[in-house]
Amino acid sequence: MIKKMTCIECPKGCRLMVDVRDGKVLKVTGNECPKAELYAISEIEDPARILTSSVLGQGLILKMIPVRTDKPISKARIFDAMKEVKKIRVTVPLKFGDIIVKNFLSLGVNLIATRKAE
Amino acid sequence: MIKRGLVIVGGGPAGMAAAISAYENGVKDILLLERDQYLGGILNQCVHTGFGINYFKEILTGPEYAERFIEKVKNIPEIEVSLKSIVVSLLPDKTITFLKPGRLETIKAKAIIMATGCREKTREMVHIQGTRPSGIFSAGLAQKLINIEGLLPGKEIVVVGSGDIGLIMARRFTLEGAEVKAIIEIQKKTRGLLRNMVQCVEDFNIPVYFNHKISRIYGKDRVEKVSACKVDDNFNEIQGSLFEIKCDTILMSVGLIPENELIEMTGARIDGNKTSVPGIFMCGNCLKIYDLVDGVTEDSFLTGKLAADYIRVRHPSLQR
Repeated sequence: MIKKMTCIECPKGCRLMVDVRDGKVLKVTGNECPKAELYAISEIEDPARILTSSVLGQGLILKMIPVRTDKPISKARIFDAMKEVKKIRVTVPLKFGDIIVKNFLSLGVNLIATRKAE
Repeated sequence: MIKRGLVIVGGGPAGMAAAISAYENGVKDILLLERDQYLGGILNQCVHTGFGINYFKEILTGPEYAERFIEKVKNIPEIEVSLKSIVVSLLPDKTITFLKPGRLETIKAKAIIMATGCREKTREMVHIQGTRPSGIFSAGLAQKLINIEGLLPGKEIVVVGSGDIGLIMARRFTLEGAEVKAIIEIQKKTRGLLRNMVQCVEDFNIPVYFNHKISRIYGKDRVEKVSACKVDDNFNEIQGSLFEIKCDTILMSVGLIPENELIEMTGARIDGNKTSVPGIFMCGNCLKIYDLVDGVTEDSFLTGKLAADYIRVRHPSLQR
């Protein structure tokens, strides 16, 4: 079965034709770079996204500290992850890139600060 | 009057890149004016990913992209950063007046770079009929309220227009637990990037209505509903297509316009990265609207060099 999708790895947004059989990707066409192949495989087998949001700071200069997962997480877990993000309170100063939650939701990714918060 | 070398107006990605480039091309006296309390401009509220793929060959969030430039600017002593500094007047002789906490300063600059970015179009600019209740936000303002202030502006959202900020905010509201009831786009297709249609809209099954427009906003104190209709090729309502959507919040994502009131004060004409006033330059979104910050950075590096070349020829004493 040929499945059409748009690659989201970069702003070009290549239109992909993905040959899928039994839930596995056989061939990807329409892409301008190799990243699209990995994207297509992930999209068919276990779609994943980097989650970005912001968490509440307390006693810091910034009220909200922007965060992200350092690797993509399964799309199916995005709303669980948001529930956790809402519970977080950051009370100590953070450098940009500091880990806020290690092994976030046991997903094998870390939640990191994307901005310095003093 | 205080005399300075290069004055740059705006400490977002454009102003920071222009400052770094001017320094690297030999200017040793640079004053960077920023009206907010931080450098970084709009990048600070763009917490989503998608920045830097062209320039850094990495996928960064807005604050991460900004941080790389902020660090660089801070490490160059020749660049003086003045925060909470709002320029109120710019004259053709390159006299620039700005307000900062507690005082008004007037400076005569050898050269000036405008890096003032852009503003969002408002409801008034797209002529939607109806009342004027609270609950109508530009998409970027809503982004600031959520990501910087930690406030959720509404629970039931209709997005007008499908620019990138609107698409990104549709996802952001959904993640925050609000319901995005519709994205209404008058054109046949999105004005945003295709990747944002995928990762912001399709990922969350948000309804998009192309060839549609909002015909009226209802609500006394707060937005209560909108009516929408299908349009023909001339954007006129197709009879019988009207329907209503209950909502408490409307986001406007209908385009950006360069912020150029200061340049207009000088009477200068804009001519690429230069203007008709020798020594006044432009870069970034106040010159033209870029889809990607990477393009702003490249454009601003060029402008920084142009300003440095100008100063080198006109004022050789200012060089290292």
